[in-house]
Order: sequence, then C-alpha cells, then structure tokens
Amino acid sequence: MRKSLNTLGSSVAAIILALVICGVLLLITGKNPLMAYGKILETGLTSEKLLEMLKRATPLIFSAIAVAIGFKMNLFNIGVEGQYLFAALIAAEMGTHVSLPAPLHVLFILVVAMVSGAAWASIAAILKITRGINEVISTIMLNYIALSFIQWIFETFFRDDSDGGLNVKTTEIAPSGRMPDLVHDRLNGMFIVALLVAFLYWVIVFRSRFGFQLRASGLNPIAARTAGIPANRMILFALLLSGAVAGLVAMPSVIGDVYAYGPSSTPTQFGFAGITVALLGRNHPFGIIVAAMLFGFLDSTSAVLQLSEIPSSIVKVIQAIIVLVVVIVNEASSRRYNRKIAEQAALSPKSLDVSR
Amino acid sequence: MQSGSVESKLNSATDVVRVVELTNISKRFPGVIANRDISLQVARATIHAIVGENGAGKSTLMKILYGLHQPDTGTIAINGAVTQFKSPSEAIKAGIGMVHQHFMLADNLTVLENIILGYEPTKYGVLSLGDARKRVQELATSIGVDLDLDLPISELGVGQRQRVEILKVLFRGAEILVLDEPTAVLVPQEVDELFINLRKLVANGTTILFISHKLDEVLSISDEITVIRQGSTVATVSPKSVDRLKLAELMVGSDLPSHGERATKVGERVQLSARNLTVIGKDRKNPVENASFDVFESEIVGIAGVDGNGQFELCEALLGLVNIQGTVEIGGMNASDLNVRQRLDLGLSYIPFDRHREGLMLAASLWENALLGHEDSLSRGPMIDVDSAKKSCREIIERFGVMTPSELVPAFVLSGGNQQKLVVGRNLAKAPKVLIAAHPTRGIDVGAQAAVWDEIRRSRDAGMSVLLVSADLEEILGLSDRILVMFDGKISAELEPKKATPQILGKYMTGAQ
Repeated sequence: MRKSLNTLGSSVAAIILALVICGVLLLITGKNPLMAYGKILETGLTSEKLLEMLKRATPLIFSAIAVAIGFKMNLFNIGVEGQYLFAALIAAEMGTHVSLPAPLHVLFILVVAMVSGAAWASIAAILKITRGINEVISTIMLNYIALSFIQWIFETFFRDDSDGGLNVKTTEIAPSGRMPDLVHDRLNGMFIVALLVAFLYWVIVFRSRFGFQLRASGLNPIAARTAGIPANRMILFALLLSGAVAGLVAMPSVIGDVYAYGPSSTPTQFGFAGITVALLGRNHPFGIIVAAMLFGFLDSTSAVLQLSEIPSSIVKVIQAIIVLVVVIVNEASSRRYNRKIAEQAALSPKSLDVSR
Repeated sequence: MQSGSVESKLNSATDVVRVVELTNISKRFPGVIANRDISLQVARATIHAIVGENGAGKSTLMKILYGLHQPDTGTIAINGAVTQFKSPSEAIKAGIGMVHQHFMLADNLTVLENIILGYEPTKYGVLSLGDARKRVQELATSIGVDLDLDLPISELGVGQRQRVEILKVLFRGAEILVLDEPTAVLVPQEVDELFINLRKLVANGTTILFISHKLDEVLSISDEITVIRQGSTVATVSPKSVDRLKLAELMVGSDLPSHGERATKVGERVQLSARNLTVIGKDRKNPVENASFDVFESEIVGIAGVDGNGQFELCEALLGLVNIQGTVEIGGMNASDLNVRQRLDLGLSYIPFDRHREGLMLAASLWENALLGHEDSLSRGPMIDVDSAKKSCREIIERFGVMTPSELVPAFVLSGGNQQKLVVGRNLAKAPKVLIAAHPTRGIDVGAQAAVWDEIRRSRDAGMSVLLVSADLEEILGLSDRILVMFDGKISAELEPKKATPQILGKYMTGAQ
C-alpha cells in the first residue's frame, strides 16, 4: 500500500514537472503557457470532450495491457501493432460470414479477433522457443510482414467492391455484429470491455497461479525453472495472451464505429502508443487506465489548440515529456524507497535489541 | 563514550600508525540503532578481522566506512586525518577499496578489461591497453597472482574471479582493502591461495579489513580481531590470546550448540537412487560420468568435492533440468523421464547452490518467494490462496528464525543469512521425502548455520533422505552418515565419516588418490 502511494505520488509530481518543462518550451516559442494550459482545461473538461477522452483511451487500454502482459515476464512484445491490424482484418471479414443473434455475433467477432491476434503473436513465441530468437527482433520484423500481408489479403480477397471501388473497406458487418453505443455516437461498449479486460488482467496476472508463475519467470527465470515452472510453456502462454488482448485494440473502430476493416479507416500506431502507456502506468491495470485516459484527454484537446494558434503537436510533446519525466522520477523514487526499506529491514526490531 | 575518546587520543599519541580509526560511531535508523558507539583502530599493513553474526552491524559499519551511509555521531579518521565520506567515490579517492561478496564483473570482457573498467588509461585520448597491461601485470606479480589477462571472465573459476576483483580495487589505488566474506565462496585450497595473496599484499603495505564469520580462518589470517555483537564492539582481541570457542562465544554471547550423535537409525528403504547417471557435456567432456549411488530413508549422504567437479550438474540431473543417460529413482518411482515439477511432486526438494541465481526473486516479497515451487498446494482452484500463502510464509519465518519486519518486504532487503534461512525453510516446510541440499549454509554465520543444521537433522530424524553437496568439510563431516567424493565428474570414493579426516578427504577431492 505504501509502495503504491509512493508510486502515485511520484507520478503526479512527474506530470507537474512535465507541464513546467512544456511551459518553458511554449515560452521559448513565444506562446503563453498559461493560456495554452487554460485552453486545454477549458475545452477538455466539457462533457463532449470527456466522452472523447474515454473513447480515445479505449484502444490504448487494450494495447497497453497487451504490452504489460509481456513486460510482466520480461518479454518485450513490440508486435502489438501487427497483431491488432491482422486481427482487425480477419475479425471484420469473418464477422460478415456468420449470422448469429446479436450478443453472440459480437462475441464471435471478439473471439475471432483475440484468436487472430494470438495466432500472429504465436509466430514470435515459436521462433523464440525453438530457435531462441529474441522476441524484440522477431515482433518488430513481424510488424512489417503483417502490414504487407494484410494489404495483400485485403486487396486480393476481402476488399468490398460493391460500391464500384469507392469504398476501400471490407463488407459492412450486419447490425447484429455491432457493439451497442453507451452514449449515442460518442462512446461505444468497447470501453466497458476494456475495463473488463483490465480487471481480468489484474486477476489473472496478479492473483492466479498461472500469473504467479508468469511473474516468477519474469523476476528470475532460473529460479522459476528450478522451482519446476516450465520456461517455454510460460513464454508461449504469455505471448499468446498478449496477442489475444492485442487483437482487441482495433475493435472499438471495427465493430463500434466503422463496422468494417479499411486501410484508411482502421486506426494505426496504437501498438506503439501502448508501450508508452504501459510504461507510464507501470504495468498496473489501474495505472494503465489512468495513463490511457490522460493520453486520451491530451489527444482530445489537440484539435482545439490548433484553432487558437497553438501547434497541436505540443500535445505530443507534452505526452513524450510526461513519459520521460515519469520514468526518471519513478526510477529515482523507487530506488530511494528500496534503500529506505532495506535499511529498515536490516534493522528490524527482531534482529537487534533496541531496548539495550 | 568518554573513555572511548580518551583512548583514541592516547592511541594517536603512540607511534603505531593508525590507518583507519573509527571513533564512537553510531548510526540510527528510524526506531532502531544499527551501530552504537563503535570504536575501531586498524594499524597499517595488518589484517584486521571483523566478526559478528548476521545483522550484528558489520555491513552497516562497512557501508559507513565506504561512504554509503553517513554516521549520526562519531568520526572516521584515515591516516590520522578526520574525514567525512559523502559517497563511495570519495572513499575510493581516500584509498579505500571494497571487494563485495557477490562479484561485479562483466562476464564477456577479459580479465584486463574488467580490471581497468572505468579507469582506462589513455594516451592522446586513445585507450592505451599496453600501459594498463603492464601495470596490472606488475600488481598481479607483486601479490603472487598468476592470471591470463586475456581470458574472458566467463572462463574463470570463483577463486580467480575474486582475484580479479581484488586486482580491480588495487588498480584504482586502494591502500585499505575491505573484503566482505571473501572465503564464503571458496574451497579450502582456494582459501589457502587467497591467504598467500593477502599476506603478500600486507607485506607490500596494504591494510586489510577482513569481514568473516569463519572463525578458524579469522584466527589463522588476522593480526587483530574485532568482535561486533548487536551493533556494538564487544572486544578487540589478538588471535594468539583466544581460541575458536572463545571467539564464537564473544560473537553469539552464549554457548555454541554442539554437533551431537544422532539418536535415530538409517532406514531400510532407498528414497533416492541414481544408476549410471551421465550428463552429456556440451563440449566433449561429460560433466557427470556414470554416477551410481543410493540414499536411504533417514540418511544424509554427503557429496564432498572441489566446486566444478560435476556436483552442480549432478544436482541439475537429479532435479530434471538437464538431459541424462541412466536412471533416477525418487521414492521408489522411476523419475528419469519426469519434468522438474513432477519430480518435486514425488517429494523431492532442492536447496540450490546460489540463492540469488537459482533460489530467490529478489524484487518479490518474502511470501511470494516462499510460494515459489509450492503454488499448487497453496492455490484454490486456479487462484493463489494469498492468505494461506502469507500464513505459510509467516510459519517459515517463525520456525527458521528469519529476521524480518514482516512477510511483505521484498527479499533483497534481507541479509544473506536470512535469505538462506528463507530458502531452506521453503524447502523443508512441506516435509519432503528427499532433500538435495547444495551448500545449505554457504555464506551464513555460526548461529544461522547451527539453526539450518538442526533443521536438516530434525527432518532426517523424521525420515527425510538428504543428499548434501558441500565444500565445507566441517559440514560434510558433521552431518553425513556416508560421504561420497566427486572428482572430475565421477564418484571417486565412498568414506565413513568417522574414519574420514579433512586430510584424507582433501586427497580424494584433489584427485591425489
């Protein structure tokens, strides 16, 4: 508990520090930082923008949790990008080929997305287990392969030309396969799914036996192996699970917004943003949700900033600086914290007679 | 406190050069006192031993001397000048060098590269390895160390790595060398070599602070011994004026537990059996060759040997971590084709060689560490039963006397001895049928050692079979019902502990017989 308070406190301090640094940057470029921040708050805190914040946070939560599952066992899944785009295409197409009642149809598409994401991630897992190939390299490379592979499948098989070639998308998913909106046209049900996935992530990774074995393999692979935890099986499961969650990243768009996969309509780059959000949230589900909302909030305000002649790219700068500062501040504060408890424990009352 | 300062004034007035002089050092952490009024004087070119149990305050004191902590009261004087170290780099500048128990070397760099790392001599801004090589070679020769400077660290044995650490510190200009438990990782022959090097160092004018709890070694190497108990200096004695028992009493403040004859008998049933066990080597040589032995119920079989003669691979083979030829039976069941977890389920338990590498998750809490390997029995369905796991950890802490504020702190905060007690406790708590114990008391003090030995004996009396791998002959001779010697991957001798002496064992262990 004290540890998490420590983490929370240092994160808040880091964000304030980041805002100060950005303020200086704004001053240098001749803008008034107080006005810029005022603008961000003013526009960002309207109910419309707050809904947008949640909407933008949704795919970030999926992506960050996918990354965090890998991190928890010292696996760097840089391939979330490829995994979710592959999953988006397969799930969108498969969703048009079944006719099921509404909840089952949605569930079917989500399951297909998860299986497809896991399947793409399994390539990296198999390469690592059988040939010892570092997952950082294989997942990065698989991203490139995924992009070209998806384009080829889409253009060759799945592209819907019924509109005479104007509609660069897969066939639209029937209404029974669409995720209902929470707030009409503003926020769809995938947000609830994201919260559910975050909760399941916590239960599985932090509370289940499998999760314990996963974390043990990450904390000390040799000790885990010595204790009878099979290393290869853990690598496989961790990457499959990571890929499965990655498969959901584009679902808010595919079944909640556009109802199809399209090279230009399906959002990209969330795989990489997820790494940042996982880092900022320290791989903790609550931290990830907060970090994703913060990023969603900043994203939602960037368009408004442009209208008041403040470059919207300043939002990206703030995000990047926040992450840098948070990482540095957290590292420093956890070192200080560790030193403090190490000293206290070395001197616990039991080990030393205080009374004398 | 006053008598201390008077004494130090008297001492600085005498002719003996006090290289290190700590006066009335106290260090308090919230709620507790780590060091209380410690005074210590070390004469130039002597070996000064500091002995004390785990948690007695040795490490805190050395951290203060090395600039990692600042004392609340008291002074540090180096060569007669009172100084304050705000950081280790200031201590290094003052000529203090620390050789840690756990080596800090880069495995894939060479000996030379490791020694000069961070202090690379340059000429015109270019690395000048030639000069460095000459200086390192001179240093090595002057203390009688013979090392190939171009070998990567990964090819060196533990003793040689330690030599590299010492050279590294000397290369940085250390005149006062602090050695933290330097013999904990060495076998008897290596200890002898180290001591020869240390004597040469002292002859060259270096002053050595030697932290240890191996009393025989301390008695044989030191010029003076300071005993620390519960944060305070108990006494500074000359090794000539005390014996082992007296020193141990000063350390623990009470009588030593005796070894004692066993009251129970070795059982009839074979619990662990190896037949023609061979571990195929990655190169040509097999690390374990055709080993066959049985361990009976309620029996401790000691495996004596110099580290690196196949003991590690033998343990891995019995545990199921490597591919083997031959058969392994656990509790009468053929386990040759079972994986690690299946073997553990048959009642096997393993105290690993290196608690940091193979035993603990240092960043995880104690209860999670105690849970490792016992997840199946401490789960409810697919979920970890956190309450039971914590309770089980508290029982281990209680029963094995692990000194810790609670089961919630991460493992890295415990001292080495307490970490080892946790590992031993974790592996004995579930009453295994067969225990493989590799160096179960390596690097821990007399009190903790006695506690671990007692627990192993008690479990043995209850029927547990033990395969005890150790380089500590006292441990092997004191615990074993039978002794096997491993040399060069083979079991070279089987001895009765009553008839074995350290000399006889030494002959078999070095292949002389």
